[in-house]
Amino acid sequence: MDELGDIIQEFLVESHENLDQLDRDLVALEQDPGSREMLSSIFRTIHTIKGTSGFLAFHRLETLTHAGESLLSRLRDGAQQMNPASADALLAMVDTVRTLLGSIEETGGEGDVDVESVIAQVQECIEDPSAPKAKPAAKAKKAAAPKAPAAEKAQVEAETEVEAEPEPVAEAEPEPEPVKAVKAAEPSPTAPPAAAHPAEETGQNARRSIAESSIRVDVDLLDTLMRLVGELVLTRNQIVRGVSEVSDPALVRTTQRLNLITSELQESVMKTRMQPIDHIWSKLPRVVRDLSGSLGKQVKLAMEGKETELDRSLLEAVKDPLTHLVRNAVDHGIETVEERVAKGKPGQGTLTLRAYHEGGHVIVEIKDDGAGIDVERVAQTALDRGVVTRDQLARMESREIIALVFQPGFSTAKKVTNVSGRGVGMDVVKTNIEQIGGAVDVDSTLGKGTTWRLTIPLTLAIIQALTVECGAERYAIPQVGVDELVFVDGQSGQAIEHVSGAPVYRLRGKLLPLVRLDETLGLPVRNSDRDVYIAVLQADGRRFGLVVDRVLNTEEIVVKPLTGRMKDVGVYAGATIVGDGKVALILDIPSLARRSHLAAEAAERAQLDHADTRPRGGSIERLLIAGIGERRVAIPLDMVTRLEEFPVERIERVGSREVVQYRDHILPVIRLASLLGCYDVSEGETVPAVVYTERGRSVALVVEQIVDIVEDHIESRSDLDDDGLTGSAVIQQRVTELLDVRRAILAADPRFYAEMSEITNSMVGA
Amino acid sequence: MPSRQYATFEVADQLFGVDVAQVQEVLRFHEYTRVPLAPTSVGGLFNLRGQVIAAVDLRVQLGLPPRDLNVPAMNVIVSVDDEWVSLLVDRIGEVIELDDDAFEPPPDTLAGAYRNLIVGTFKLQDRLMLALDARRAADTTVPVPAQHSA
Repeated sequence: MDELGDIIQEFLVESHENLDQLDRDLVALEQDPGSREMLSSIFRTIHTIKGTSGFLAFHRLETLTHAGESLLSRLRDGAQQMNPASADALLAMVDTVRTLLGSIEETGGEGDVDVESVIAQVQECIEDPSAPKAKPAAKAKKAAAPKAPAAEKAQVEAETEVEAEPEPVAEAEPEPEPVKAVKAAEPSPTAPPAAAHPAEETGQNARRSIAESSIRVDVDLLDTLMRLVGELVLTRNQIVRGVSEVSDPALVRTTQRLNLITSELQESVMKTRMQPIDHIWSKLPRVVRDLSGSLGKQVKLAMEGKETELDRSLLEAVKDPLTHLVRNAVDHGIETVEERVAKGKPGQGTLTLRAYHEGGHVIVEIKDDGAGIDVERVAQTALDRGVVTRDQLARMESREIIALVFQPGFSTAKKVTNVSGRGVGMDVVKTNIEQIGGAVDVDSTLGKGTTWRLTIPLTLAIIQALTVECGAERYAIPQVGVDELVFVDGQSGQAIEHVSGAPVYRLRGKLLPLVRLDETLGLPVRNSDRDVYIAVLQADGRRFGLVVDRVLNTEEIVVKPLTGRMKDVGVYAGATIVGDGKVALILDIPSLARRSHLAAEAAERAQLDHADTRPRGGSIERLLIAGIGERRVAIPLDMVTRLEEFPVERIERVGSREVVQYRDHILPVIRLASLLGCYDVSEGETVPAVVYTERGRSVALVVEQIVDIVEDHIESRSDLDDDGLTGSAVIQQRVTELLDVRRAILAADPRFYAEMSEITNSMVGA
Repeated sequence: MPSRQYATFEVADQLFGVDVAQVQEVLRFHEYTRVPLAPTSVGGLFNLRGQVIAAVDLRVQLGLPPRDLNVPAMNVIVSVDDEWVSLLVDRIGEVIELDDDAFEPPPDTLAGAYRNLIVGTFKLQDRLMLALDARRAADTTVPVPAQHSA
């Protein structure tokens, strides 16, 4: 029923547009009665309305347009000449069509709109072209009669028109004269519906009619809008940056408003180009049905998030990869009924499509409950095809092995079917998705099923990017490829190591191959490996670290395409204009990844040589660094269950304690600032909080800001003790206090540990 | 007599001219974003009212050592194949109107890099103006015969 509703909506929108055109055409036709072209166009329009109304079972509309069509076809074929009488009849018909459409729009039905008189009027023109001349007045009255109340205004109009055109009446030519009179009187039969229509609308409700609530817009115009908004975003960024350096409260407020308005404008303009993903999903049920039928499988297709919207151009780009993944899931993922039953699964497999927004991207998941990907088989195939070496395989995690299916020319299908496995494999899917700045990954459990996940940017023109500095220049890295950021702190003894001349970094015990941006770009290479940043990037199923001098920030950038001459260089995906108006180049992560290839191999060899890559001596601890006033406080990451932002107004008081409602529980809150005896200077609308949960009990430690998460060898520690602290250490060149978490928790919830039988000291930081 | 207007400028004390119809604007600019790994003739990129424009170092195109981009340079922005490209020059001259019959093909003695870029010469009262082919001058994909190393 809903679908029918949609069809009717579309029909109404289209018909309203067509009718406006028709009005103009008919009037123009009167001036140029011989125009075959115009007649054909009018004929087609009426024909379309007739066809659709027949299909939608609007019988009055159908009979009416049918009558009009008959007259039009005679006129078109030259069987009779266009004259004012036929023009009147046709205009009357158009008006009645409009009345009918209005009724359909408001009530869903045709109501009791009188069509007979108009049909009769049209018929008269057909049967005897000269007849209308004989009784124009009578007919006008007859037509006007049913809608008498609203006719008055039109009548006045008709009269003024008569007065305004005295000449034709005076001319008294035998043939055209009476006809002219008819024309003068014409508004009376036709105008009532037209006049009545708006009156009804304003009178009944202010609801905008369909014709008014949507318009067609040239895509070029939308592109221009999009481009202009892009410029505005850049200018906004510049102003925001500039204003942060001055301290004029009024200007700051204005800038915040500008910031907000720009974001909203950007969002709205982006929305004009958005279409629900259902546009490409709607074809998939058929694909799944046909395919599963031909393979003797039973597959249920479930869709979640149909209404999730994507830029139109991206939607097109995603269509083929998505279809391929769905076919692949039905073909290779879901087993036959017998196999499934044998495994104790329901005979009917389920394929779930899910689309949702996440962090400025749209995620599309294709999930089946089929056989899952056999890691062993993937590994064997990869070996057979020479995609990897045995050594490399030995060191790969199963997730990495599964990712090998994205390598060119890879297909694990036991037999090549006519469905997939024709070499048009996952590598094509991957390439297509990466071309639009997206990413694809896969997660699979043998026997349970497989989930393919597409990460797609919301729009092509504006992307989230990390800006970094290297040498004297800034570069932008698309955020989609950035996994994490690591600061190599010269002070804490962390360092970039070299194996066989290739730089590597120990990231949580694993060797991460590094690519130095300065070296890759042929810039002067800095001497020190200390105090640099590593952006951990992911591309082509390979993780590597990009060494840069500084990480600046994350911002939305407008991608400007590069001309051929720059593209040929190969490391740039485009250019953008950053906050201060300078141009920054956007790095192409996949091509950097290819450059990391050599480094990666060296790292792999090293990994093999040093089976134990744990750093020597000292225990590594991962710490969350929080800022409290001027102080930095470290909290062991084990004691962090979640990081939350609570709106200040949601923090309520219970007695002398503060609490916040959190996931249907009352969560005790302690402000670290007051615990540590600092002034609480946070005045934002939200406060960051560290939530720790143990055995169903939670507390929230409110801090001023979350600074970083670091790995540290806790060696350079002093016992300089203060209330609420277990000591201090130098982390990232700054003295950082180590929080006595247990005490903090107890301050928030004195009974936190009371019901737990064991309280181990190991919880307390070190 | 048919005549044409040329926007003139100097590079390495030589007067050049391009058809004024191709010139969008002329401006002084000094903050260029270098494009590592790009041909040396690409001086850098800059932001002209929201457009990213590539600046082509005419010195390099003419086989001379590249200019020091920390010193402000003049940009002659020309439209080539619907794309704006900036030609970096030393000094801007006047717009002059020249009769077509003052035009002479480039002398045979004109060497190397110059020869590729020059479509003709005009004899002015006291000096020679070389008419530049803007498209070839802006084309950085053609390797420049190396006369000097950078």
